[in-house]
Amino acid sequence: MSYSELIKNFGRIRDYMREFYVCGFKSREEYDRKSARSYDDERRRIESWLGDYMGFVKTAGGKNVFLAIDSRLVYHNPLYKAWKAKSFTDGDITLHFLIFDILDEAGAQYPLNEIMEKLDFYMTGAGVEKTFDISTVRKKLKEYVQEGLILTEKRGKNLFYGRAKMGELPGSDLLDFFSETAPCGVVGSYLLDKQMEMGGHFRFKHHYITQALDCGILCTLLDAMQKKREVTLEMAGRGNSGSTEKQVVPLRIFISVQNGRQYLMAGFNGNIFGFRLDRILVVKEGDICGEFERLRAALDRMQQNMWGVSVAQYCEREDTAVSSDLVFESVEFTIWYGTGQEYIHNRLVREKRCGRVVKIDKHRSKFTGEVLDSRELLPWIRTFLGRIISIHFSNKALEKQFFSDIKTMYRMYGIVKDGKEDVL
Amino acid sequence: MEKRMFCEWYGAYYNAVAKILREAAKSPVTRQRMQEIIREQAFSESILAVEPALLSGRYPFLFPDGTSRLKHAPTMPLTLLEKRWLKAVLLDPRVRLFECGIEGLEEVEPLFTSEDVRVFDRYGDGDPYQDETYIANFRLILSALKEHRPLAVDVKNKRGVLTHMNVLPQYLEYSEKDDKFRLFTLGCRYGRIINLARILSVKYIEMEEKMEEWAKKYMEKPVINKESIVFELYDGRNTLERALLHFADFEKRAERLSGRHYRIKVVYNREDKTELVIRVLSFGPFLKVVEPEDFVELIKERLANQYALTGEEGIAEENNL
Repeated sequence: MSYSELIKNFGRIRDYMREFYVCGFKSREEYDRKSARSYDDERRRIESWLGDYMGFVKTAGGKNVFLAIDSRLVYHNPLYKAWKAKSFTDGDITLHFLIFDILDEAGAQYPLNEIMEKLDFYMTGAGVEKTFDISTVRKKLKEYVQEGLILTEKRGKNLFYGRAKMGELPGSDLLDFFSETAPCGVVGSYLLDKQMEMGGHFRFKHHYITQALDCGILCTLLDAMQKKREVTLEMAGRGNSGSTEKQVVPLRIFISVQNGRQYLMAGFNGNIFGFRLDRILVVKEGDICGEFERLRAALDRMQQNMWGVSVAQYCEREDTAVSSDLVFESVEFTIWYGTGQEYIHNRLVREKRCGRVVKIDKHRSKFTGEVLDSRELLPWIRTFLGRIISIHFSNKALEKQFFSDIKTMYRMYGIVKDGKEDVL
Repeated sequence: MEKRMFCEWYGAYYNAVAKILREAAKSPVTRQRMQEIIREQAFSESILAVEPALLSGRYPFLFPDGTSRLKHAPTMPLTLLEKRWLKAVLLDPRVRLFECGIEGLEEVEPLFTSEDVRVFDRYGDGDPYQDETYIANFRLILSALKEHRPLAVDVKNKRGVLTHMNVLPQYLEYSEKDDKFRLFTLGCRYGRIINLARILSVKYIEMEEKMEEWAKKYMEKPVINKESIVFELYDGRNTLERALLHFADFEKRAERLSGRHYRIKVVYNREDKTELVIRVLSFGPFLKVVEPEDFVELIKERLANQYALTGEEGIAEENNL
């Protein structure tokens, strides 16, 4: 088949875009996909959509392609463009504009045979030999009915088709903002495309645009949650291992605004686990789940003591999500700050999440927390290096690792020299 | 649902054709105008597909003179997905910042509610989106941005000092992590960035001559002080993936040095240097800054302070201080 910049399936391009944007250090030979031609086609498509952001670098291993986007400088997420590249046939686009034109008369409602007549009349007038098969038109109308674009009314034996009301569009400012900050923001971008008004008054900091690539998966999961349905997840395996399937009860989406990752928290095998959305390949909706409310209530309880998304301690237990007897790990540390450095205490307060902060005196503040997995706090605690005067973990192995990591950092940056080899 | 999200009627080609037909409903569309619209609405190679399809009649919508064969300028109602997303957005507390009252969604189920989504690492001192003064200030600033009008702003700065500024607003920046809006401005000697939550009052003023000059000079090209750091990374404990995702909000370049060693360059705004220092520290011993020297010194300073506080053998007990 000849090359087109449009695509039929989003899955494959999703992988390539993530590789080019997030990684960007692989050469053509390292993409273990179907074929070199497949790589060339996908690269050319992405260049066609996002050429302004694409770069190349030649290395000993070959030519590496990357996407370099400073998300702070863009008004709209450029990765949404991939969602606007769905392929279609000449028949699809012709029917689309003709059907809406036919139904555009005020209050127009027609049965299928009348729509067919009008289509034939139009096509003849346009000098086009092609006519549409009645089953194709019926199928297209059904598709539009499902999308809420066309409404039907039964009159006797006939089904009449008419346009849905246009629907009110909000101002472009609201769409500019929420298309970048709300879940499934690409839908806001679709709405912006219908807007005639120019916006562009917002920019975004700490803005992780890769969520665009997972909008489809997220949308299916949110829809399943609304309907309290189970879903089957096809998950990508690690490395070259194949995909696996898991039947789960989707309960809530956890989003990080500090690294852009999105997780599905879901009931699975009697426990609650987190699944990364970027590792989910396909979601299929299943039956309604009678356990939904009970599992979500269990997640509500766990959430009180979750720093991030890990439920490691919890999952090692044999009892199930109905148990309220959760086991926590404790963490406490005290930091020091000088006169005029009250902002350090304030930082601790605003970043404490489920923990507690106590001001000991005018130079010391203490954080304490009981969490399901204290390992998740390590990166955050390290951000206070230079100020920590005491720290205790109930998980002693973790405490040992924390101290060992700091010693390694002292060596790495030459604070102490003991002749040992560093990993870097 | 994913199938319903990835549909041709949301696509760039349909948008380009719809726009051409809207113009062709009023007057003939020239080839040049057609190309402009395709370039603006679609992708870099789209002209090769859309223009010949319209001109040859494969998309049979235009008369040879460039006018539309359709009876009406094309429009499409909102899809159910769009309505469900809008309904969900209207439940967000931040929606009050915008003047909007959308009707016709009463019967629509939201795509999600606050029960379905949890942002777990947002800072706890976000802007007061329910505060009437804050909302009024926000709306006035947004109007000023649209109308390119200057503002007089009274602000209480972080030291509690009242400051008056006459500024030309450039754009609003929202941080998802901080959950705060900041106004970027031109024309103020006290600093060009104003936290919205610190604004006590704001009002329109007349445009000053110097502001008009700045507007011409800087409006399209905001002043950004870019700097970069280079760090080397050892891919232990999945650090490579964590770091690449964590720094994905910056423009960056990654290259493999050998085996599990990587070198990553991150471009950032100078004002974010302190934040970047602590973001680097959070990765512990798997990430080492190698350039520039002044940034390396900032990391060393923190570690030296820690060493001075507690010595090499780990963190001391509290009473050892």
